[in-house]
Amino acid sequence: MSVAATTARDMTRVVSTGRSKDRGVGSLVFLGALWFSLFFGVMVLLVLIIDVAIAGSPRFDSALLTEYGSIVSPETTGFRAGILGSLWLMLFTALLAVPLGIAAALYLEEFADGERWWNRMIEVNLQNLAAVPAIVYGLLAVAVISLMGFNRTGIVLGGAVALALLILPVIIITTREAVRAVPQDIRQGSLALGATVWQTTWRQTLPSAIPGIATGTILGLSRAIGEAAPLIVVGLAGSVRFDPTGLFSEITALPMQIYSLTSQSREELQTAASAAIIVLLIMILGLNALAIFIRNKFQKTW
Amino acid sequence: MSTHPATASTRPASEDSREISMTGIGSESEREIPDIPPNPVMEALKLNVFYGDFHAVHDVNLSFGKNEITALIGPSGCGKSTVLRCLNRMNDLVSGARVEGEVTYHGQNIYARNVDPIAVRTQVGMVFQKPNPFPKSIYDNIAYGPRVTGMKVENMDDLVEEALRAAALWEEVKDKLKQSAYGLSGGQQQRLCIARTIATKPDVILMDEPCSALDPIATSRIEDLMVGLRDDYTIIIVTHNMQQAARVSDRTAFFTARPDETTGNRTGLLVEFDRTSNIFANPNDKRTEDYISGRFG
Amino acid sequence: MSSIVTTGAGPSPRGTGLPAAPNLRRKARPVESVIRAFLMVSALLSVAITIGIVAALIQPVIEFFREVPFGDFFATEGEYAVLPLVAGTAMTTVIALIVAIPLGLGAAMYLSEYASARARKILKPTVELLAGVPSVVYGFFALTFVTPTLLQDILNLEVGFTNALAAGLVLGVMIIPTIASLSEDALSAVPHAMRQGSLAMGANRMQTTLRVVLPAALSGVAAAIVLGLSRAVGETMIVALAAGAQKNLSIDPREGMQTMTGFIAQTAGGENAVGSTSYNTLFAVGLLLFAITLVINIISIALVRRFRQAY
Repeated sequence: MSVAATTARDMTRVVSTGRSKDRGVGSLVFLGALWFSLFFGVMVLLVLIIDVAIAGSPRFDSALLTEYGSIVSPETTGFRAGILGSLWLMLFTALLAVPLGIAAALYLEEFADGERWWNRMIEVNLQNLAAVPAIVYGLLAVAVISLMGFNRTGIVLGGAVALALLILPVIIITTREAVRAVPQDIRQGSLALGATVWQTTWRQTLPSAIPGIATGTILGLSRAIGEAAPLIVVGLAGSVRFDPTGLFSEITALPMQIYSLTSQSREELQTAASAAIIVLLIMILGLNALAIFIRNKFQKTW
Repeated sequence: MSTHPATASTRPASEDSREISMTGIGSESEREIPDIPPNPVMEALKLNVFYGDFHAVHDVNLSFGKNEITALIGPSGCGKSTVLRCLNRMNDLVSGARVEGEVTYHGQNIYARNVDPIAVRTQVGMVFQKPNPFPKSIYDNIAYGPRVTGMKVENMDDLVEEALRAAALWEEVKDKLKQSAYGLSGGQQQRLCIARTIATKPDVILMDEPCSALDPIATSRIEDLMVGLRDDYTIIIVTHNMQQAARVSDRTAFFTARPDETTGNRTGLLVEFDRTSNIFANPNDKRTEDYISGRFG
Repeated sequence: MSSIVTTGAGPSPRGTGLPAAPNLRRKARPVESVIRAFLMVSALLSVAITIGIVAALIQPVIEFFREVPFGDFFATEGEYAVLPLVAGTAMTTVIALIVAIPLGLGAAMYLSEYASARARKILKPTVELLAGVPSVVYGFFALTFVTPTLLQDILNLEVGFTNALAAGLVLGVMIIPTIASLSEDALSAVPHAMRQGSLAMGANRMQTTLRVVLPAALSGVAAAIVLGLSRAVGETMIVALAAGAQKNLSIDPREGMQTMTGFIAQTAGGENAVGSTSYNTLFAVGLLLFAITLVINIISIALVRRFRQAY
């Protein structure tokens, strides 16, 4: 055996005796418990996906995506209205929440003097809003659309307002993080040349922060697309049998359809609900993958 | 572009030859430096700066002569950078910062109510400690200032070339103007930042330890550049490096920090302001002498 | 102070003999002002949302209490009784916390004290995946797997078709990432010197983690738990699907019981006429829910602030 190998083995022994305190029964049990904690959630997730996928597998067919919901012919019931509805809701939610969220974040990061009491109030308020239950945003959305003169009838606008309110704090918080990651040097360089605060924000800070903002926005939207609670409150039905046509057309959404199917006892409908869950999970996974892709591809490291 | 004064100086330092008295104190072998700054472009009058309750700078009086290089030196925490940042109102951006006293630019108090800090910054440009090019092309880095300030530019290409030539960078980058500024070396980036400042045609250029992040060769190029720019601009530089102050500046202001007896906070104050040759060879104040000779700092 | 400072600053030739000074006068920048105002209004909108929530809830609540005496609302039984709902929420929340606190903290301690930086970079997002699953999916899972397969078949428990236990367990899984992620931040923020001090005195890693790091991060960990609590209280779909649709003031988690959020979902999804008293109950329960989560959130924010101040 070579000298080097012997030394290496000795070193290992030294290190392992040094760590022997961490090898007592108590320590090992503790470490095992930590491992268990870490992987418990992942195991649950795996069981969930496998269970739902097996239950839904008879319905992985094209009718699932192209047909409207039907209780009359449950073996070919589909989620066309829900999938389209969810996509429409996502679009209008983004149109409402993204510009407002970015604007609010830019004000708080680039313009507001954090020493002022009203700006501090906005801060605390935002942290609070981020933890308001989703269903409460549904109640607010009902009030907002009735102010606009609409009844609580499950239209695109109502759903989009509810979801936009829900993800607005998320977008504001992630945008602020992205903006804050742009080095102060860049802003100072721009201001020292005689640029105004807005010119600096628009031409320097914002372009550099866009990948981070896009990532945060997409993650916010992926949360919105899976949400059902506020949609129930604004009156979305599970049983819409036509495509959305405009802001005021009645719609349903994929999670709403899943929710309403769970109260049906027919086995075919349970199977369809399982298959629809897989569709919903794939949509959400797709959005998350897109967000991660954008982050890895475009994120600047300063 | 210029003859480096350091090599030309033959002036003996002073009778009691100090360690610091290297060749080339000041650049006055070629220049007559009057007793007081001629035609002061900027002046600080009883300047006090506070950050919240913290008194950062106490009663500073300074004047900066036209086409001179003034160096602000002193131990860290002595308020020299703070004073520099008051000269183009960059301290406005620090939340909780408050300035008392006056800073005048051609006799106008730039802290007067009706003065636009943005207008001040177009006249008084600034180069920072760490090179901070924008994440854009070299060309756009230079064109940025003229574009945002709405300068009337007949030919932007000419302006970019002119600025890069003035910053002694043209020959190195003329073939890659459309490439990202991040591809340049640290020294080149810093010269780009100087070129960027020149492009907005300021009157005064402030430099906040512009060489502290650079190697000696890049440093000496920047120093050459400063001396060359003196003919067209008034330059004020903060530096940690006493030799640098001695090599390039005409006048030097020495600051120190005085700890508050009760709070222990260190308030910066000006000890001595004089021709660079006097500060280094024959300081009036004991504290300056201690600092220059390395007994303190 | 010496030398020419005073002379230099004295009566200098202000402006005399110099080229005309550039105009530094403040310029009107209308575009800048308009944009600034727009951004500020957007930021204030977040405050308007809070006020809006309260306003939207208060008006129907006032109407509600015109019809229904206060005592009938804060009662243990009756059509408008809210206390059984509060008890249902408390039951599912407590079960969720029993699941999520040890598991979330355990995951946080592993990530912060044992995992290498590279492992943490992969493991933390994996744990956070759990928060990305829609709650309606969790609800479906509780209803179709946890109750019939896990509780009834495997554990042989006599539980109802809907029951607080299944809902609470799945709710707990859902808030693991909330507790784990924030606790991990808190544990990681504990200065390294404290750990080294403990290890140098001969403590092993387990002792260091439990007796030094955890106590030092306590207010941050508490904030994480309180935030998880807020999530559990406000979560709707899991409890609407799996906990039950009947008010039931009981302490037996095997029974079905309705929660506040479950009640709102059921009432809103039902056929009650807008403006009717039973419809307005929705807002009364909603306001109570909002008030409860608000208090919890304020506690959490205060705890985070205390933790930030400590380090």
